[in-house]
Amino acid sequence: MDLSQIIFLVLAVVILSSGLLVVTTRDIVHAALWLIVTLFGVAALYAVLSAGFLAVVQVVIYIGAIAILFIFAVMLTRKEMRDRGPQLSATWWFSAIVALLTFAGLFLLIRSWTGFGVLAGDIPAGFDAVGQLGNALVSPNAFVLPFEVASVLLLAALIGAVYIAFSRK
Amino acid sequence: MTTETLIWLIPLPPFLAFFLIVLFTNRNKSVSHTIAIGAAFLAWAGAMLVFLRAIGANELGKEPFTSSINWIPTADTWLKIGVLVDPLGAIVLFFVAWTVLMIFVYSVGYHNFGQPVGDHDQAGLPPEGATLEEHGHKHRVPSVEPMYSRFFAFISLFAFGMLVLVLSDNLLTLFVGWEIMGLCSYLLIGFWYAKPSARDAAVKAFMTTRVGDVFMLLGIVFIYSATGSLSFKDIFQPQVLHTLAVVPTPILGLSAGGLMGLLLFIGTIGKSAQFPLHVWLPDAMEGPTPVSAMIHAATMVSAGVYMVIRMFPLLSLDPRTMTFVAFIGAFTALFAATIAVAQNDIKRVLAYSTISQLGYMIAALGSGAYVAAAFHLVTHAFFKALLFLGSGSVIHGMEHGVLHTGEHTDAQDMFNMGGLRRKMPITFWTFLIGGFALSGFPVLTAGFWSKDEILASTFGGHTAVFITLSVAAFLTAFYTMRQITLTFLGEPRSPAASHAQETVWTMTTPLVFLAIFAVGFGWTGIPEHFPILGGILPNWFHEFVGSTLATPPEAAPFNWIPLLVSLTVALGGLLVGWLGYRNVRSAKEDALQIPVLKRKWYFDEMYDFAFVRPSAWIAETLIYQWMDKGLIDGLLHLFGKATAAIGSTLRNVIDKPVINGFFGDGTAHVVQGTGRNLRPIQTGRIQQYMLFSLIVLLALVGLAYYFLMRV
Amino acid sequence: MVPLSWWLILSAGLFSIGLFGVLSRKNAVAILLGVELMLNSVNINLVSFWRYGDVARMAGQVFAIIVFAVAAAEVAVGLALVISVYRQRNTVIADNIDMMKW
Repeated sequence: MDLSQIIFLVLAVVILSSGLLVVTTRDIVHAALWLIVTLFGVAALYAVLSAGFLAVVQVVIYIGAIAILFIFAVMLTRKEMRDRGPQLSATWWFSAIVALLTFAGLFLLIRSWTGFGVLAGDIPAGFDAVGQLGNALVSPNAFVLPFEVASVLLLAALIGAVYIAFSRK
Repeated sequence: MTTETLIWLIPLPPFLAFFLIVLFTNRNKSVSHTIAIGAAFLAWAGAMLVFLRAIGANELGKEPFTSSINWIPTADTWLKIGVLVDPLGAIVLFFVAWTVLMIFVYSVGYHNFGQPVGDHDQAGLPPEGATLEEHGHKHRVPSVEPMYSRFFAFISLFAFGMLVLVLSDNLLTLFVGWEIMGLCSYLLIGFWYAKPSARDAAVKAFMTTRVGDVFMLLGIVFIYSATGSLSFKDIFQPQVLHTLAVVPTPILGLSAGGLMGLLLFIGTIGKSAQFPLHVWLPDAMEGPTPVSAMIHAATMVSAGVYMVIRMFPLLSLDPRTMTFVAFIGAFTALFAATIAVAQNDIKRVLAYSTISQLGYMIAALGSGAYVAAAFHLVTHAFFKALLFLGSGSVIHGMEHGVLHTGEHTDAQDMFNMGGLRRKMPITFWTFLIGGFALSGFPVLTAGFWSKDEILASTFGGHTAVFITLSVAAFLTAFYTMRQITLTFLGEPRSPAASHAQETVWTMTTPLVFLAIFAVGFGWTGIPEHFPILGGILPNWFHEFVGSTLATPPEAAPFNWIPLLVSLTVALGGLLVGWLGYRNVRSAKEDALQIPVLKRKWYFDEMYDFAFVRPSAWIAETLIYQWMDKGLIDGLLHLFGKATAAIGSTLRNVIDKPVINGFFGDGTAHVVQGTGRNLRPIQTGRIQQYMLFSLIVLLALVGLAYYFLMRV
Repeated sequence: MVPLSWWLILSAGLFSIGLFGVLSRKNAVAILLGVELMLNSVNINLVSFWRYGDVARMAGQVFAIIVFAVAAAEVAVGLALVISVYRQRNTVIADNIDMMKW
């Protein structure tokens, strides 16, 4: 067991346990906070995977925007949370079984192919990941179209969200 | 034009006249009678031309004018029809053409052409008179017949039928003419169809002659099947006749020829109103008088006698048939004469007289007197037509008197007449000539010569017939003189008679013509050995007509007895009739009003009981009620009910429960139930939706992995 | 040296947890939290495949970037919907938001 594996395992435990807490905590605010922990963990994983840009983006976007948005939403729908009944629906055990089945299936699938046992290759020296990512995003030979479409999507989502949440006085 | 072509054309004008009048000129009276009389005149002209050529021809009996065409194909031969004018045919054609033309002209006046339309006249009833306003006072005059054109159409058809019959050379077209005349007799006797008595008389005439016609048709069929032909020429071949004479038949032991003759003779019994089928002829007086003249003198009844004269070679094959014929003829002659003495209607007397005279002809034929029968046929046609037309004239004169006085007097009852010799002279003298001819007044009238010849022929060998005919001759003279005395002599017995007047020229001119023939025609047949007069004129008639037969018959040898008997009965009957009735004032003084005679020996009642009522019962009760309504309708109703039952069963057992219930409504219920039960799945809760879809997804992925990855 | 399968198993685990959360939480906002977990697991998957494959091919990272954008958009619209429903019905419990039932 070398260092990379240990780091990995620690981070995995953090992510999984905080994720579990997200879905089982009674208090929804706590759930949002545990989500933030999970997201931090994921960012760390990106860093381990040498995707530095993505790690930063994860922190900025997910934690800085999305998680905050969740907290806003929780606050805006707070009245309902006065009563602290069980937060899981009546058939939670059935959902648990389904989730377990899903995990089991995926696990078996991953195990069944020996090609997944590869180890990470070395990153060539002087490899500018960020520069390459930037090139890929705007180069016409690469992924400029999905990029532009994603921006249109964000525009649509923006307008849509404003429209839906707009309250006429 | 050849004689044969001319013969074919003779019946054509009356036939065309019938169609033209019926189709086109029904409304116009003068055009209709012009067409009809024109056609009769053309037929008369053609007939005269043929007759002249016939009497000028050599050996007409052996080589008659004849022409035939193939008509019906029968296996490998043809049934031929055609025309034939031999001496017998020529003579008959002569009198038919003359009497028909005279009757046509007479009808113009009889139906009051030129008179105004009647006040209340309806088509279907006799005209009843019109009121004329003249110089301020009204008087009633005879009115024109409403169905004037129809009458001329029908008598044209009648003339056509008779001409076809006379000119035929075969039994088939003879029968066609026979039946056409049967139809026309029905149409014309029932001419005034709104009178119930006229309708009944027409049906009676048709039905009675039909009975005879059935047997005649059997005879014709028998002849055809035995000899293979219907032409006279083929039937009268010596070998054919000989075979027919010897071949026996199972009926009454007659030979084939005898049976054929008997069957054909029964047709004559019907058509010529012999006993027992005589009942229709007196009732036929319901028709207008020209019709009575036509039917009972010129054409129809003569056709019956003509047919048996024509078929004489066949009839004479079997002596038993001849005896039967003679018996029927003689019996009828006496029987009818007894009835005639008790009749008061002027036309009824003449009707029974006709029956009686036809009996004479048939008795003569049955006794083998071929020429005598033909001679009497011709003379009778002339004087009987004369008498009928004369009686019509008398009735018209009386009608004038009735209209003048305004009383309801029967214009046909002789006891209302009297003294008409002063009022209607032409009618009187012509009627007198006709009456004397009928009675057989010596020398001057044709009836004497023909009747005398019959008596002479039957004297030798057929004594019973001779005696019967002599008695009948006495009665004939008696009732004829009774009729003349009551009608014309003495004083008028009713106001109508005293105001009678002579009729128009269209009615009196034919009377004159016929009177000339009634006098003159007899002189063509004076027997050779007659005292004083015999030999002055040759017995042309005997030579001419006798040559029709293969072996011309011998003239009867002269004998004083029949001549004396004939003179006695004729003059005696006339004298007794005059003496008995010249002072009679009314029917009550008439000693001969015996009920049995007046009621025609109750034959009508017997036939009604024996035939008419059972037929009506069979038709009404048996066939209509029981079979038609009960059986056949019952079956149909049963079918109807059964079908309805099947239908309703199918509907209630199969249609409603299975098709509607199970398939129709059942499907709907199933769908509805399924929908109702599946609907709750859509709860609106997304977590449930996601759960379900995940489960299915897992299942599908599992299945796909299981089946695909195991490879 | 961490083999790829460990990364994938981690991602599968996170995915299952997120799935459980989506299927069983009452609060609508909590459901969306579960969705976020699932999206993150997907991202981990994508980036690990990038790293353990040909590093020069940036498709993995690009895809992850796009997933970020999509996740952001989805969260924005989803929460806007939840708030809108809350204003209408005064509830955020998913089981009570059943207006689309039959």
